Amino acid sequence: MRRLGHGGRIAVIWLLSTTVGMVLVAIFLAPILPPGNGSKQASGQQFDNEVLLLVSVAITAMIVVYFGYTLIVFRERDTKATVDGPSIRGNAGIQTTWVVGTTIVVLFLAAFGTYELLGGAGGGQGANPVFVPSASAAVLQPNHKPLQVQVIGQQWQFTFRYPSEGGFESASFVLPVNQEVELHVTSLDVIHSFWVPALGLKADANPGVDNVAYITPKKVGPVQIHCAELCGLFHGYMFDTGHVVSQSAFKAWAASQRQFVSPITKDLPKYDTHYLPDPPFRAG
Amino acid sequence: MSSLQKLLGIGVAVAIAGVLIGFYITGFLMSGPTAFRPPVSGSGASKTVDLTIQTDAAGGPTLTANPSWVSYFVRDENKQWHHSTIWTLPAHTRVNVTIYQFDGDSGLRNPFMAKVRGTLGNTMTVNGKTMNVLNPDDASHTFAVPAMGLIVPLEGVADNAKNQCGFGPCALSTAHQTITFSFVTPGKGRYRWQCFVPCAAGFLDGFGGPMQTLGYMDGFLDVT
Amino acid sequence: MSSDTAVVRTPGAGAPLWRRLVGFNLLTGILLGIGGFYLGWFGAHWLVNGLDIESLDYFGDTGQNDLALFFGYILGVIGFLVGLGFANYPFARLRGYPPSLREKEEARGVGRYLRLNTDHKVVGMQYFVGIGFFFLVAGLNAMLIRFELLRPEPNVWPAGNYLTLVTEHGTMMMGMMTSGILGPFANYLVPIMIGARRMAFPRIEALTFWLLMAAGVILISGIEYGGIPTGWTGYEPLNDQANMGMDAYIMFFALVGLSMCLLGLNMLATVITMRAPGMTWTRLPMFVWGVLSTAVLMLLAAPVLIVVLMMAGFDRTIQTSFFIPAMGGSSYLFENLFWVFGHPEVYILALPGFGIVLELLPVFARKPLWGYRLAVAGFLGVSLLSWTVWQHHIFVSGINSDLRPFYMLSTELISIPTGFTFLCAMGTIWRGRIRFTVPMLFCLAWVFNFLFGGLSGIFLSDVPSDVTTHGSFFSMAHFHYTIMGGLIFTFFAAIYYWLPKMTGYMLNDRLGKAHFWLMFVSFNSTFGPLFALGFLGMPRRVVTYPSNLQWLNDWVSASAFVLGISMLIFLVNLVYSQLFARVPAGDNPWASKSLEFQLPSPVPVHNFDRIPVIVGDPYGYGEEGSVVARPPTVPIPAGGGA
Repeated sequence: MRRLGHGGRIAVIWLLSTTVGMVLVAIFLAPILPPGNGSKQASGQQFDNEVLLLVSVAITAMIVVYFGYTLIVFRERDTKATVDGPSIRGNAGIQTTWVVGTTIVVLFLAAFGTYELLGGAGGGQGANPVFVPSASAAVLQPNHKPLQVQVIGQQWQFTFRYPSEGGFESASFVLPVNQEVELHVTSLDVIHSFWVPALGLKADANPGVDNVAYITPKKVGPVQIHCAELCGLFHGYMFDTGHVVSQSAFKAWAASQRQFVSPITKDLPKYDTHYLPDPPFRAG
Repeated sequence: MSSLQKLLGIGVAVAIAGVLIGFYITGFLMSGPTAFRPPVSGSGASKTVDLTIQTDAAGGPTLTANPSWVSYFVRDENKQWHHSTIWTLPAHTRVNVTIYQFDGDSGLRNPFMAKVRGTLGNTMTVNGKTMNVLNPDDASHTFAVPAMGLIVPLEGVADNAKNQCGFGPCALSTAHQTITFSFVTPGKGRYRWQCFVPCAAGFLDGFGGPMQTLGYMDGFLDVT
Repeated sequence: MSSDTAVVRTPGAGAPLWRRLVGFNLLTGILLGIGGFYLGWFGAHWLVNGLDIESLDYFGDTGQNDLALFFGYILGVIGFLVGLGFANYPFARLRGYPPSLREKEEARGVGRYLRLNTDHKVVGMQYFVGIGFFFLVAGLNAMLIRFELLRPEPNVWPAGNYLTLVTEHGTMMMGMMTSGILGPFANYLVPIMIGARRMAFPRIEALTFWLLMAAGVILISGIEYGGIPTGWTGYEPLNDQANMGMDAYIMFFALVGLSMCLLGLNMLATVITMRAPGMTWTRLPMFVWGVLSTAVLMLLAAPVLIVVLMMAGFDRTIQTSFFIPAMGGSSYLFENLFWVFGHPEVYILALPGFGIVLELLPVFARKPLWGYRLAVAGFLGVSLLSWTVWQHHIFVSGINSDLRPFYMLSTELISIPTGFTFLCAMGTIWRGRIRFTVPMLFCLAWVFNFLFGGLSGIFLSDVPSDVTTHGSFFSMAHFHYTIMGGLIFTFFAAIYYWLPKMTGYMLNDRLGKAHFWLMFVSFNSTFGPLFALGFLGMPRRVVTYPSNLQWLNDWVSASAFVLGISMLIFLVNLVYSQLFARVPAGDNPWASKSLEFQLPSPVPVHNFDRIPVIVGDPYGYGEEGSVVARPPTVPIPAGGGA
């Protein structure tokens, strides 16, 4: 270590700390990173977060090690003096290396993010989704067709319509496991955002807009739902608990819901991708 | 005056202004409806709460700060009406709710809310008749506590009804619908309740003003 | 200067107090402002009721006459400005009187801060106090927010009031701190740093300050009119639903936008046209480059804000439907227009900080700035690229999904020029002789904070990661790290570094270090855990949260209170050192080679006796005999050059 110059020493410390940091992150942090493995999309997002975190560890280590070293080694020990340092105004080689290096890292991250996006890990995609599940992913789709669920946001509760199960509307969010779900998120009044962290799903609910998102839940259990866009007085209260259940339990639930809400199903408006607020402008 | 004194003077003035603004902001922040405890009858296992409420098209100047806004009122044991939507209820107790509905219908934005849910028997009685669903266009307001799965649509007074109430709090002699239902309070907690009908006249989507202000169309059940 | 009687003279120091209060000053401004407000308010009421406009009948139902409030605010602001004296000079010129900067010379003592003053140094000090005041008010709001979040259920502030509090905090901070560095420091220092005696448009400079003060009062008045429920982003259609307080928000941001636009214009005009002889672009101090790159953004982004708010105002009053989907409008239109302004806005907040860090590091490392041209390229690159990234704020809103990879790429790309600032900072301290003065400590803290701010920005710019983090506390942690950890820390660095030059008195070193360490530790303790809270699923702007997150929230709240206390330490330092201890700073307390430190402290009214000739950049450390400027060999003729 003594024969290395300052730059060499910094490089060695950085290499060591980055390696240790990355190993620690990969072993301890990576498995618990959000959004977890509750759905196929969430797994993709979790892996994405892992990669970003590892890159962040390297960059953080570089800055912290460099500044820590230089601030200690090059500090002015005589506090009364005001002696100037050497007049170094730049180094074209270092600058070029830095520009090229940072560009490569950035392009890699952008490419990787796009790759994950291609897998459908991008939440709400708007009315014309680009990343749709391929029909050949038959392992997780017994019907070869996504289950359509419409999420209706209103001030201040989410309700859900299941057009393929009789078109009923329910206040409970229930999904069958291992089934590709095509969510249509819309709003009846102001902007809300349908966020289910455990499923890696966030799609804004805009009035008059159909926001499509694809989710394939992989784990049975309860999932938290939050509204993630400020929508007025009770925005903080617009949370709920949804459930991912087995396919047979889902069918049973759908049947019982159909029957329970049947008195009102006939009064619901025809199923559509969006419903404009009515009365459209000022009430009363 | 020396410049030091002037500077100090200005500094003190700024500090006073800051404190005043602090009080103003805090005073505003603390403003809101005060909690109200509806009358309780019986004790022990047979304890019940009588929650008597009325809904008016215009709250009126006597009890509210915005006379033209729709509003709920709650009644105490002396038959006096209070302008509060924060009601303190005991936990795990049956609550018998009576609602006198004086407002005309605006219709539900989401007809799903027209099905009664979360009450005992999932039914309500309207003017004595038991029903479990209302025509969505007849709803004037709802009493809904989403965290408890409770939704009760409240039928509106017909447009051509005689002797309609003008400003609240309304007397029972004016045209109204009477809705009753019961529910059992869950464990300790603060549960928000709200109206789901876009009934705030003049506001966009009917959901501004009274629909977003505690004391009018929204409130809390403080279950203790 | 000729003694023209057209421009109003201010009474001398000997006149009695009542005589000095009469005239065009702040008091008159306030009185005329209040008068104008009521004129507009009652005038609009009369208009609406008297003219019986059917489409405005709904004002009766809602009890909210938005038109009256807007008219009131507009006439109030006009009255305020007239009372301050902004109309005097234009009228004088219309009547044929010659140009003059009379207001600069005549005002004396403390009174010169309480009126329209064309001395850029006075405007800088006015900004310092004015923005400082609103910063503290907004900071108090933040303390109240954290107080509420101590318990999962709403306990102290009812739900609607909490939202108003959140909005007031965010809006006031964003509106005021946009000019947080340009206002006090650029106004004071830019003419001096480029060797000029004044700014290009001195009265417009004063106008930007007083507009901002009027705006701040208007925003606070929003509380009186029903509060503001939308958060600082003011999204439609909730914006349209809101009570009258929303109009205060719209008026505030419109005035702030106007102030920003004019400030940017003034900075650009000054730096482009008024540089001293020899001040080439490659000798410009980094602070001025930071100001320039910010000024371009201010000039171009603020009009977008003004326009989108005008549209929102029309929607609220005369029933247009730009943003109302049921009537043919689009909520996306608001989101997009707002963020076309909003993204350059956050770079307006960040860039001055970059300039300050690169300005101060050479002084305290005793080395020239490393990589000057790369640093300038970095600033200009950030400035340019900031226009291409705005849709990353609405990735999951349902925007055209073809666009998302593009905006992900453009947002990631902007981290490249940002990185240049880090590289130049690293190069500057290499083999330096580093002194850990209080300004240096704040600059080093910037490096640490902005590192985490920038890295978390990488997470947010990545669409799959953004699905979890958008609209959550992670996003809050990101922007507090970049804005507070970036801008506010450099704001304090600038105060400790330049206030001795502006007032002539040093700030106490020990109190400064106590302030720094307490602030740095408590800042990281407050906003670090917010990353975790976001990952754990807590959305923004909520008054209630799952009870298992309470311990984290309590830690954050406790740290936030300590952060507030560190601000108190700073205030104590300020009052004590400037009003009581009054240790003279001398001309050059930091042994800087920069031009402003070759002048006396405080800087005299006309800045320079003779306009200097610039012979080098201000970073000649370690270079024998380097100076930034020499007095000219031929004296400038009397009366010219001002």
